[in-house]
Amino acid sequence: MEFKHKDIIALRDLSKEEIELLISTAENMREVNSRDIKKVPTLRGKTIINLFYESSTRTRTSFEIAGKRLSADTVNIAPSNSSATKGETLADTALNLLAMKPDIIVMRHAVSGSHYFLSKKVGCSIINAGDGAHEHPSQGLLDMLTIKDKFGRLDGLKVAMVGDITHSRVARSDIQGLTKMGSSIFLAGPPTMMPPGVERLGNVTVCGTMKEAIQDADVVIMLRIQQERQGKTLMPNTREYSRYFGLNPENLKLAKPDAMVMHPGPINRGVEMSSYVVDGSQSHVLKQVENGVAVRMAMLYHVCGGELE
Amino acid sequence: MAGETTKTVILDNSGIRRALTRISHEILEKNKGLSDVVLVGIQSGGAYLAREISLCMEIIEGERVPVGSIDITLYRDDIKQQAPHKSVGKTDISFSLEGKRVVLVDDVLFTGRTIRAALDALMDHGRPCCIQLAVLIDRGHRELPIRADFVGRNVPTSLKENVEVTFDDKQQPVEVVLEK
Repeated sequence: MEFKHKDIIALRDLSKEEIELLISTAENMREVNSRDIKKVPTLRGKTIINLFYESSTRTRTSFEIAGKRLSADTVNIAPSNSSATKGETLADTALNLLAMKPDIIVMRHAVSGSHYFLSKKVGCSIINAGDGAHEHPSQGLLDMLTIKDKFGRLDGLKVAMVGDITHSRVARSDIQGLTKMGSSIFLAGPPTMMPPGVERLGNVTVCGTMKEAIQDADVVIMLRIQQERQGKTLMPNTREYSRYFGLNPENLKLAKPDAMVMHPGPINRGVEMSSYVVDGSQSHVLKQVENGVAVRMAMLYHVCGGELE
Repeated sequence: MAGETTKTVILDNSGIRRALTRISHEILEKNKGLSDVVLVGIQSGGAYLAREISLCMEIIEGERVPVGSIDITLYRDDIKQQAPHKSVGKTDISFSLEGKRVVLVDDVLFTGRTIRAALDALMDHGRPCCIQLAVLIDRGHRELPIRADFVGRNVPTSLKENVEVTFDDKQQPVEVVLEK
């Protein structure tokens, strides 16, 4: 199997075999992360720009560490120190950065589809680190790797996803990836946070209640309430949300006894999940973060070998 | 007919077995036994052969030698020329290399670039006392100053020829074929 893409913008664009290749590469990249010397010379001489128009701790740091572990030079641009604050357009920013000859631009942007726009403007590789409510492919891949670690497979699993599906790019990438790999997705959330027609994405079932979604689930993925965005207008208050859509030790018993709990972070403790669940034995939240570095190493490695499209 | 490749078997299964047994004896002789000796095979053929050599050494000495495998994909010097990049294999060295006498094993020694990458990779795992190189076939055409300590068979080849060691489903060596 060969990976022939110059960019990774959405899991929707990748075949099942390409997703499998990225996951298997990430599995083997983990060996590098477990050594005393956590560095290989693979991308020596390559320059990676992390262009983050939205705040990020996990994803940006994870991409930076991934690039450095592969010996690439990484440069970070945060929203506060970007010329976007002075009114520069995305295209102009990208073309100016391109003049400095980067090999990869890893970008997070609030506008869905901005990466497709950018990939047509620039010749270097583009990796999507989250675009609006569209996709977050690296999170989707690391979620799949974390699930595969536990079950050894991705097909035939019941995956419940609870929360703000409409505005979650993680949900879209997880749905795209997991359904391609043969999992069944069961969604639950306030009707105001459930996009109409989401069933058309694949093997997806919209449930009336959270209990229905997590009943006998192998995996429960809780999504973050985006307080800074639409959260306040789409639900009466966090207490009520927590009561109907929060994961606690009681309703977790509805899932399979060995079910795994995941969350893309950052977690609003006591809202999406109780601290008992976050810190409990079924939680794989930190394992997701750990796998994130290996997945991003795999993405950087393969786009560098991708052909210009 | 022009353009048609011909295949010649230069080592059959029993020939490979004899070569691996001799290499095992030579490793034991050079290192005066098994003390601090570890085997690391280069994925994938070298890793299979390293396991075979360890079994030979166990039969001879009655002791097991630690065996690991190393994937050199991330250390290749031609990665910039490759599009698409090769898939990354598994490195599995579950023991410390500090102060050990490492015998690096590969199936075919050619330009030496794979061995250079493997040496870099090994050094990232620790500081061995020494590294020795065992290969089943040395086909010549070195591009780097590298030579093997233990060789199963020297096979002078032209650059147009190819040497392939084949393995069965159980990763057992079957034969060595010269393709012209």
